[in-house]
Amino acid sequence: MAVLIDANTRVMTQGFTGAQGTFHASQGIAYGSTYVGGTTPGKGGTMHPELNLPVFNTVVECRDATGANATVIYVPAPFAADAILEAIDAEMPLIICITEGIPVLDMVKVKRALAGSKSLLVGPNCPGVITPDACKIGIMPGHIHRRGSVGIVSRSGTLTYEAVAQTTAAGLGQSSCVGIGGDPVKGMDFIDVLKLFLADDETQSIIMIGEIGGQSEVIGAEYLAEHNFGPGKPNKPVVGFIAGATAPPGRRMGHAGAVISGGNDTAEAKMDAMRKAGIHVADSPSALGSTMVKALKK
Amino acid sequence: MNIHEYQAKELLRRYGVAVLEGHVAWTADEAVEAAKKLPGPVYVVKSQIHAGGRGAGRFTNDPNGKGGVRVVKSIEAVKEAAEAMLGNVLVTKQTGEQGKLVSRVFVEDGCDIKRELYLGLLIDRETSRVTVMASTEGGMEIEEVAHDHPEKILKVAIDPASGIFPYHARKLAFGLGLEGKQVAAFQKFVLALYGAFLELDCAIVEINPLVVTGKGDIVALDAKVSFDESALFRHKDLEALRDDSEMDPKELDAVKNDLNYVALDGEIGCMVNGAGLAMATMDIIKLYGSSPANFLDVGGTANAARVTEAFRIITSDVNVKAILVNIFGGIAKCDMIANGIVEASKNLKLSVPLVVRLEGTNVDLGKKILAESGLAIIAADNLADAAQKVVAAVKGA
Repeated sequence: MAVLIDANTRVMTQGFTGAQGTFHASQGIAYGSTYVGGTTPGKGGTMHPELNLPVFNTVVECRDATGANATVIYVPAPFAADAILEAIDAEMPLIICITEGIPVLDMVKVKRALAGSKSLLVGPNCPGVITPDACKIGIMPGHIHRRGSVGIVSRSGTLTYEAVAQTTAAGLGQSSCVGIGGDPVKGMDFIDVLKLFLADDETQSIIMIGEIGGQSEVIGAEYLAEHNFGPGKPNKPVVGFIAGATAPPGRRMGHAGAVISGGNDTAEAKMDAMRKAGIHVADSPSALGSTMVKALKK
Repeated sequence: MNIHEYQAKELLRRYGVAVLEGHVAWTADEAVEAAKKLPGPVYVVKSQIHAGGRGAGRFTNDPNGKGGVRVVKSIEAVKEAAEAMLGNVLVTKQTGEQGKLVSRVFVEDGCDIKRELYLGLLIDRETSRVTVMASTEGGMEIEEVAHDHPEKILKVAIDPASGIFPYHARKLAFGLGLEGKQVAAFQKFVLALYGAFLELDCAIVEINPLVVTGKGDIVALDAKVSFDESALFRHKDLEALRDDSEMDPKELDAVKNDLNYVALDGEIGCMVNGAGLAMATMDIIKLYGSSPANFLDVGGTANAARVTEAFRIITSDVNVKAILVNIFGGIAKCDMIANGIVEASKNLKLSVPLVVRLEGTNVDLGKKILAESGLAIIAADNLADAAQKVVAAVKGA
């Protein structure tokens, strides 16, 4: 099963003929995913010179002509909110936005447009989503993944890769990996992806990787305490990690959302909330795989 | 991006936000001229630095003297206050022990304060909306109020589709116990402030304290404005307000080279790709008994030139005793990073131990380049191995 994407996903790309769109679509195709075309306004009616796939002016045209049911956005930050809104308007079921540095107030409008829409948004400022051996949408290196049982959800791209490499090395593999992104205002959050993982048969355990700033890890942990752990519930083992234990308060650590601003959004406070919920907290980013192996033996 | 109080007030005034009359001064003589333009007889001289707690702060050359904000009652006293502040270092609880150099003061009209309130606008992550916060506890740090008396903070989230309406402000006004013409004045203030917040792409606007005057006017006594860095591309004029002297020189250097760098006080320099992995690398260094000298995310488009710049900035910190490079290539390719490391090591004549961990895209090619370079690089197999090796290198040094 896996979550969000599988072998039946038909992917289109917004910002298709740009350098990023071209490179990562070609990587996705090489991985075996089904990429069907994309948009670059003004270049509609042509074929992508390198990928030999059709280019359209609008998302609606592309969707109608290709049957795309997921779109990935590589449009530069000043125009990215416009691209997401166009995809919402076209009722694309899944929108994945890789772009980093979108103005926060633009995302406030996007978030409002998502409410009550037919679309799910992953990102922005994220590596994307992969279901190993089936479909890769985004910028993650495909070869480190193995199809398996661990669902991974993370605010950080490269830390997701750590979790992937470690669960692959441990022989567990991944069902799906979802990078929700490092921005303060974004599409799907921990709780949304955790719901999908709990309902997915193939996902037998979960790794969630958060960082300083905000409360979404705490909200996710509370959701798991109520819906995952306890008699008659799925009881899928969950391993957690929070990056930024050594980050000074008030300073933005690279990600726009990674700033300690209250005191209850520190790494320590979040790890406490995770432990309280029944999550196995890895004390080191290099112990994600080994902590999961231990958790599965219990 | 933060700006000074006087700049914030000048901007907010343009959007119809009520502020007091005042002028900036770089010298004591300019402060006198500034004061002469004001009605008097009460003047306030305020040190302009990017940190709060100025009133309770003290100058390093006069630790038992007065603070960084002084209320005075004559032009001569304005001059005296400006002389005491300009060119001196002010330490507040937000500046750290080293304090900040005061190079300009704001001379403002005095004000008859009846009540001090708090008003703040920010983007709340949980609702994903601009939220107006107000409190009767003006002049206090809002984080402290939130911690000790959460019931004293009133919040209204604004739906971006319909925007702000007077009832949003009225709700807060009555909650704060405002009455009579104060309510209308507060309503006007809040709507104007929200307009400025949207137009200027702010991240945070704080008016603390917001003052009710003896006449019942509502006016900003202090103003803190911070802009969303990601939106500055559409506000080229705001770039002129950036005060480079407020930044750590290494961080300023990094900004100019488009690198995400935060200076810390440890001994191991870090170069990592990805913000989360960069933080996790700092954490694991601490876990193995040392401390990071910096946060540095080289980004996904790292090439030899960027790696060289990153190394130059890392090594400009004299506390750095060893460097840990931790790359998990996704978009970033290990061979490009490896070429950058080799080039930078040669150009900069690195004298501290260098531990490198490469993983991900083109990892074999990257490792080969490092191995054949003849450089004294300590190779690491994984994150834990890398952290152990770099800590051992520092302890051994």
